Amino acid sequence: MAEQGKGKKPAPGKGRGQGRPAQPKRPAAGRTPARTAGTSTGKAPAKAARPRVEKFDVDSDVSKSGLAQFFAPVAGFGVTMSTLFRPVVTEQYPFEKKPTAPRYHGRHQLNRHPDGLERCIGCELCAWACPADAIYVEAGNNTPEAQYSPGERYGKVYQINYLRCIFCGLCIEACPTRALTMTNDFELAGTTREGMIFDKDTLLAPIRSGMLAAPHPMVAGLSDADYYRGDVTGPTTEQVAWVSDRRPDDESLESAAAAAARGATGDGK
Amino acid sequence: MTATTNESSSAVAPVEEITLTIDGLDVSVPKGTLVIRAAETVGIQIPRFCDHPLLKPAGACRQCLVDVATPDREGNLRAMPKPQASCTIEATPGMVVNTQHTSPVAEKAQRGQIEFLLVNHPLDCPVCDKGGECPLQNQAMSNGAATSRFVDIKRTFPKPIKISTQILLDRDRCILCQRCTRFSDEIAGDPFIDLQGRGGGEPGGHGHGLPAQQIGRFDEAILEYTPSGEQAPNETQRTDDVVGPYGQAGVLSSVAGSIGAALEDTSGRPFASYFSGNTVQICPVGALTSAAYRFRSRPFDLVSTPSIAEHDACGSAIRVDHRRGVVMRRLAGDDPAVNEEWITDKDRFAFAWQTSPDVLTAPLVRDEETGELVPTSWSEAIALAAEGLRKALDGAGAAALPGGRLTLEDAYAWSKFTRVALGTNDVDFRARVHSAEEADFLASRVAGAGMDVIFGDLERAPRVLLVGLEPEEEAGTIFLRLRKGMLAGRVRVTTIAPLATRGSTKLRAEVVRTAPGDEPAVLDALAGLTDAAGTSSGDLSELKAALAEPGTVVLAGERLAGVPGALSALDRLLTATGARFAWVPRRAGDRGAVEVGLLPGLLPGGRPTAEAEARVDVAGVWGVGTLPAAPGRDLTGILDATTSGEIDALLVGGIDLADLPSPADAEVALAAAGFVVQLEVRRSAVTQHADVVLPIAPSAHKSGTFLNWEGRPRPFGQVFTTSALTDSRVLGMLADALEVDLGTRTLEEIHRELAEFDGWEGPRTAAPSVPAAPAPALEAGQARLATWRLMLDSGRGQDGEPHLAGTAYRPVALLSPATATALGIAEGGRVRVSGAEGDIVLPVLPTPMGDDVVWLPQHSPGSSVYRTLGVTAGAAVRLAAVDAEVAR
Repeated sequence: MAEQGKGKKPAPGKGRGQGRPAQPKRPAAGRTPARTAGTSTGKAPAKAARPRVEKFDVDSDVSKSGLAQFFAPVAGFGVTMSTLFRPVVTEQYPFEKKPTAPRYHGRHQLNRHPDGLERCIGCELCAWACPADAIYVEAGNNTPEAQYSPGERYGKVYQINYLRCIFCGLCIEACPTRALTMTNDFELAGTTREGMIFDKDTLLAPIRSGMLAAPHPMVAGLSDADYYRGDVTGPTTEQVAWVSDRRPDDESLESAAAAAARGATGDGK
Repeated sequence: MTATTNESSSAVAPVEEITLTIDGLDVSVPKGTLVIRAAETVGIQIPRFCDHPLLKPAGACRQCLVDVATPDREGNLRAMPKPQASCTIEATPGMVVNTQHTSPVAEKAQRGQIEFLLVNHPLDCPVCDKGGECPLQNQAMSNGAATSRFVDIKRTFPKPIKISTQILLDRDRCILCQRCTRFSDEIAGDPFIDLQGRGGGEPGGHGHGLPAQQIGRFDEAILEYTPSGEQAPNETQRTDDVVGPYGQAGVLSSVAGSIGAALEDTSGRPFASYFSGNTVQICPVGALTSAAYRFRSRPFDLVSTPSIAEHDACGSAIRVDHRRGVVMRRLAGDDPAVNEEWITDKDRFAFAWQTSPDVLTAPLVRDEETGELVPTSWSEAIALAAEGLRKALDGAGAAALPGGRLTLEDAYAWSKFTRVALGTNDVDFRARVHSAEEADFLASRVAGAGMDVIFGDLERAPRVLLVGLEPEEEAGTIFLRLRKGMLAGRVRVTTIAPLATRGSTKLRAEVVRTAPGDEPAVLDALAGLTDAAGTSSGDLSELKAALAEPGTVVLAGERLAGVPGALSALDRLLTATGARFAWVPRRAGDRGAVEVGLLPGLLPGGRPTAEAEARVDVAGVWGVGTLPAAPGRDLTGILDATTSGEIDALLVGGIDLADLPSPADAEVALAAAGFVVQLEVRRSAVTQHADVVLPIAPSAHKSGTFLNWEGRPRPFGQVFTTSALTDSRVLGMLADALEVDLGTRTLEEIHRELAEFDGWEGPRTAAPSVPAAPAPALEAGQARLATWRLMLDSGRGQDGEPHLAGTAYRPVALLSPATATALGIAEGGRVRVSGAEGDIVLPVLPTPMGDDVVWLPQHSPGSSVYRTLGVTAGAAVRLAAVDAEVAR
């Protein structure tokens, strides 16, 4: 067995090294007899192939010309030499960061409606779709005093375990409200297992300028379906007033009030 | 929701078989079988929504349309011109049925019907609690079209409506299958919800003077109903804990309270039902959901374990669904022999007590310096408990109070431990009103009697006599079975009670109106031993004749123990009439406790302690030399002896002091006891007196067997993997520390021993013969107290479930109208009921009943009779009107 192994191993290695310069001939020579051997001997193609492997040994290959035999020991540098004159592909990560492909499957994000309400309704379809069982969701019940998302239900607990996640994106396909999308952020490393379980506070999209931090009531007169249709383009003055009554120190109030004053939503219903 | 054959009707007589053809297969079924069920027998699934095997056919959803052809008089096959609803059509000989599998017409009809049902069904499956286990979702996938052609605006209603604190109604999702209304009508008998405005107008508008067709309560505001037919302003009351799709607050159903205190629940709404949770389970869409399970989880999250409900003695089959170590919900199991597919709301929703913050997780012992209870290791706790017990055994002795919630196996361990390790017969499982008469009665009539009367008998017996039992409150499954038999025209129910309760009205029961304490007189009159009876119901001769008929069943409740002479009289009645009999306790463990001898005068298998032969028999099985021969004391006797120092140590199981006939005396006794060991799931009032507290597994954390009132073993498995221990394991450890081998380490060991106690042929305890107590002399302004527990009350088993508590009856005092008038209590007024130790003030509900009787809920919010009044049923209490100014 040991001898056979010895005989076998160097052959493919060297073969690969020489492979490129000699491409048109070698594979054809190698493959055709193998196929016939395979079909003729049926169950034991490996046995039949063994002597032929030895035939490919560089030193004993008599089919090559004299020049080829002379350069054979350094033929492996052919790839190296040709690559020397191609443009460099090395990326200086992390010093220079390059943008990923636009649809790169990176870290997840839980989006918000333009008025700041969360899109996630806690339906758990993402958890259902997840082949790696990486997502854990607990739903909550919206109340008149604590409306986090349009409609009756919101995601109270939302966790993604990035030690389990395989970034397949099935959760994104499952999400009925486009709440869950993937960002281009791929820098997901941590020192603890607990730290790799991302919670709602990390996954939830930040309040952008013009958004009003949840919880607050929905735009008056619009249903959750109107939100999904995109009828809401920003907070209304009623919503801003509601929040300023209850949370006067809320940081999002100022820009939300300005957005509401521009009158994006509510007049066109 | 599986096919259930009617076991009772099939057992009566062989039914003619007929043969028909379904999808080319020959099928033989009993005559009268519906086509949809005949198809099930050969594995052909016809989609359906309204059809339910336990409800009458309705043909409401039209989903089960199939092509049917029947032979005419000449035998030529004639196809019916249109597809037929297979859930309403009976199979006939020679019928040829083609379902969606073989008939394009049926297939198209079903596809069209699904499309039609989905026209107004909202696309909110992701937020719907039914999503993932929804028949509409599933059948839309299996029998519906892939795309929707509907482009118009869907019909919507304001939602959700809180019908009660527990049940939420979403009319948008409803497909009007009427399963819920048929359940309310045919099974529970409660005016819970109904179909309204059939063929009426659109939402927010009226057609033909009717509101839009919908399910709901008659609620003027929600229906926008006015007698004149004009549209009324929609002034509905709103809740603060749920919102609808517009972010608007949910609608509260009928909070007006215009129906009076009689039928109100504690949240002020009209009382819904003790069985309302079943409508949530059978709803084929998400129109009915429960507040307790709202948005809690998805079916794929849940791990289901079949189990047995622990709240009453019916032993209803349930399914426990848990997620990550937390029970999310409980559903009715399917057991045709016991609870069919229905359970009470208490069995369904009251499970939070098992995870309440006061659940004990580690053994507690008294700190030597501070005297406080501190957590410790099992080995130390067991060693300390054993040391304390050994000291007591060297002194005046120890006694055991195991309580009535034990599994059969745990009860057996208690029984054996008391006799073998404590060397006494001082043991009594009864944590309630009790008497020596009851102990004798149980020993003579119940212990070792096996199964006689079963649930199926309750729907077939020509006459069922209830004594001291209010089935709707105390054993819900019995109530449903009796009602089923009554509606089928087979069963007549007679109850000996002080008044016609709501439950007995629903059973259309004849009430032999009997003041508390007068039961022995009525029973003796029925037995033909006396002529006159102290009842206002007059002629008993018809009932007397009915009781002598074969098949008559007498059900007696545990409350009868509180009436001296009642059980003696009942025994005479049973002997005189030969009627079949069953004893119906309230607690899940009571029947098992009787079987294993958790009574001072009883050993396992109905063997009397007083019989030397029985003692030898039991000692042989247990492998001990002798058993204590001295007669034991019952609960009151044990507590009195502890107070007076005749007993040093108490071993206390799951006992709530508020259940005891005299909670104050029990407190005194526990304080006086030299050493108290408590085996409990949760901290209780006993804990503060305990020297060692040993935590016990709640029922979801253990396996075991309950014996239900029939005597039917109801084994259940463990839901959670846990290190919590059962009573039998803990007692085994304690016995080991006392150097006694209890042999109760595993359920197998216990069952092996239990099997050896079968078939006692020796003499049994003689039936009691206790004379009835004379009626208390009533002064002016006094009345006799009638009282029993309501299903939903202040019991600790319902802790932590506010939604359920809101659906309980509002506690009221029941008085006859004449008494109320005599006291000067106007409508809506309140009465002060004064007993030996205190007063209870409740709103009065004038009810047709005896003038010298007042009824109070025994242990409801604001009415804890034993603790507050210090008296039990039958005692004289003083009545007085409460100033109307103070009311509310």
